[in-house]
Amino acid sequence: MSALDLARWQFGITTVYHFIFVPITIGSGFLVAGLQTAWYRTNKDKYLRATKFFGKLFLINFAIGVVTGIVQEFQFGMNWSSYSRFVGDIFGAPLAMEGLLAFFLESTFLGMWIFGWDRLPKKFHLASIWLAATGTLLSAYFILAANAFMQHPVGYVLNGTRGRAELTSIFKVLGNSTAVAAFFHTIPSAFLTAGALFAAVGAWMLFHNKDAEVAKPALKIGLITVLISFVLVAVSGDTTARLMTTQQPMKMAAAEAVYNTKTNVPFSLLTIGTLNGSKSVFQIGLPSVLSFMATGNVNGTVEGVNNLEKSYEQKYGPGNYTPNIPFAYWSFRLMIGFGALAALISFLALLFIRQGRFPRKRWFVRSMIVLPFLPILANSFGWIFTESARQPWVVFGLFKTSAGVSPGVSAASVLFTMVVFTLLYGVLAVIEFGLILRTIKVGPEKTKEVDANSQTLTMAY
Amino acid sequence: MSLNSFWFVIIAVLWIGYFILEGFDFGVGILLPVVAKNQAERRAVLTTLGPLWDGNEVWLLVAGGATFAAFPEWYATLFSGFYLPLFLILLSLIVRGVAFEYRSKYGSDKWRSRWDLAITIASFLPALLWGVAFANIVRGVPLTKEPAGYIQYSGGFWNLLNPYALLGGLTTLALFVSHGAFFLALKTDGEIRIRANKLGQRVGLVTALLAVLFLGWTLLGLTSKGGVIAGSVVVVVAWLTALAANAKGREGYAFLFSAIATAAVVITLFTGLYPNVMPNLTAGGPGLNIFNASSTHYTLGVMTWVAVVMTPIVLLYQGWSYWVFRKRINPNQISTPEVGVLDTVH
Repeated sequence: MSALDLARWQFGITTVYHFIFVPITIGSGFLVAGLQTAWYRTNKDKYLRATKFFGKLFLINFAIGVVTGIVQEFQFGMNWSSYSRFVGDIFGAPLAMEGLLAFFLESTFLGMWIFGWDRLPKKFHLASIWLAATGTLLSAYFILAANAFMQHPVGYVLNGTRGRAELTSIFKVLGNSTAVAAFFHTIPSAFLTAGALFAAVGAWMLFHNKDAEVAKPALKIGLITVLISFVLVAVSGDTTARLMTTQQPMKMAAAEAVYNTKTNVPFSLLTIGTLNGSKSVFQIGLPSVLSFMATGNVNGTVEGVNNLEKSYEQKYGPGNYTPNIPFAYWSFRLMIGFGALAALISFLALLFIRQGRFPRKRWFVRSMIVLPFLPILANSFGWIFTESARQPWVVFGLFKTSAGVSPGVSAASVLFTMVVFTLLYGVLAVIEFGLILRTIKVGPEKTKEVDANSQTLTMAY
Repeated sequence: MSLNSFWFVIIAVLWIGYFILEGFDFGVGILLPVVAKNQAERRAVLTTLGPLWDGNEVWLLVAGGATFAAFPEWYATLFSGFYLPLFLILLSLIVRGVAFEYRSKYGSDKWRSRWDLAITIASFLPALLWGVAFANIVRGVPLTKEPAGYIQYSGGFWNLLNPYALLGGLTTLALFVSHGAFFLALKTDGEIRIRANKLGQRVGLVTALLAVLFLGWTLLGLTSKGGVIAGSVVVVVAWLTALAANAKGREGYAFLFSAIATAAVVITLFTGLYPNVMPNLTAGGPGLNIFNASSTHYTLGVMTWVAVVMTPIVLLYQGWSYWVFRKRINPNQISTPEVGVLDTVH
């Protein structure tokens, strides 16, 4: 494999891995903040137990999210230095802003929250978790704005002599329609993921007769969070699809395996194509649904892969501008499928637990345990889709992925670092998963009477 | 001052913040096996870092991001050039962060001693490697101008381990270890405080020797020496003040002056570098400076606004978090030190 392929694999592995933890962190940060607010308002002990218990899960997860995030920022320079040279004038700004506005906020106030139970007045302590959660939200916006430039470059001019794109309007870059849509797609997905986790934990605890006062609201709040989030994810997904149709028509065509431009296009449920991926042989679909998804009109025209390929060759010169179609087609479906399945299961589960009931059945608790894995898969496939179906471009229409890799870094170096990262990440995943399971098994701790004069630390490493 | 020079200063400020703050984190991590003799002491030592280490590390992320935004050519050439050292630093930071959060989950000795070993190694490597990296930047590295117009590092890995750079690495290592010892003496009580005080003095003397050698060697390689001489004098005076304060048990001053000395080291190196950001090892060869490595005037202007507004706010709340956790930690404040959070099912 070439350094290019290996660098792509490394980016894929480290980013997908990082993004297993990120949505859980964003969503559960806010849910924990909500629980603590409930405790602050009502002074009910169950909310305090719930805050501390889910706070533990949140922090185990947060630790891995933070440390694997550092890799991302270094990786652009290490493996993708030509890309960094080309976009640095634009792309660096949101990254630096993310650090200054988001990372400081999140890390400082999370530190205060973890260690501040006995050091801060209640109100300040509550504020610290809200500020940390806000930090995660800001961070998401800036990094999505940076990514949106790769999907739909705006606010730039090309400088031929320097061979790079240069920023002309930071407001256009930060206000990119793609960034806004992606934010409102990603954040509800994060809540959906965290909601599913809360529901799973709650159901498991109820099944094993553990602290029902904590478990019951966790299950219910979790399921409701999944459903509300799913509606928002679907609405913003619809907006995203329409933006994609105008901004990156090839991606939409690939997602749907539409080979030739046509109107009244069905949404394909199953497509089998020829082996070289140039046309479809067999399709089952929902009539006109894709036309509607892509354009908002059942009679809308969806451009086909083959037509786009021709027009791109004319516009950008000879080359291959078609992404891997089966890959795009299936990752798009798996994203939607896993997300929808999570919503369906949550909806049914809510029916089963209505009026305070709890079906003490193995199949019920098992399906609840499966639940959080569904949005995690959906999130991963969503990113795999949006990044891979943009290929061969790294910045759409401006800069190809193949031109972005570090020219001075050997394939052996990239392979070595990739193998070590993968092994380390594997080990960390096992440890993390073990700790999460153990924390759930251990359950919420009984709150102790705090002696105001006691010197004992409530939190120590 | 041009925006390019201003951003050179900002980058220096970010590294100063990073080395002062994560510098003592590294020192504490390295000293962990020496300064703490039992479980309660080890936990007390690590708890001094507990609420702070993550915020300290953000200084690195911002330094990286700001370099990307303001000097993309520097970011690209440096990060792809210093590939393996940066990789080792990344591995260390990953392992270290996780180790802090996970080590007290279980009480088992095996579980804890493994994480503790990880903390020590993962603190040692970056403390050494940051010095190696910076010394190489100041010394100059082999760079070639490619046909496409950009300037690329062409020195390989072993070239980075030259004697001058290794001396730089040992200097930051010793500096951070003593800085960490001063921090521990300031933030703990009991036996740890006494041990940290003694260790700080001993390692501090080694640091003084290494720093004089390193800064002297740095001077030899420079043509305009004025700024570096002045900076070196500040380093030495601040460091001797720190040692004197430590000898008298004035822990606050010892820490303050070791922080000043750390800042002065960074300022001295950046002064020696200016206006270059990555000079060529061979005089007259192609190199990167604050002009040919920089972003456009517009981007620098945007980032100036962000930095000017946000940096004081960040300093304010981060400073406040240091104030909140200002109390000394005594090992006897940790109830049941042998027990892990996840040992017993409720």
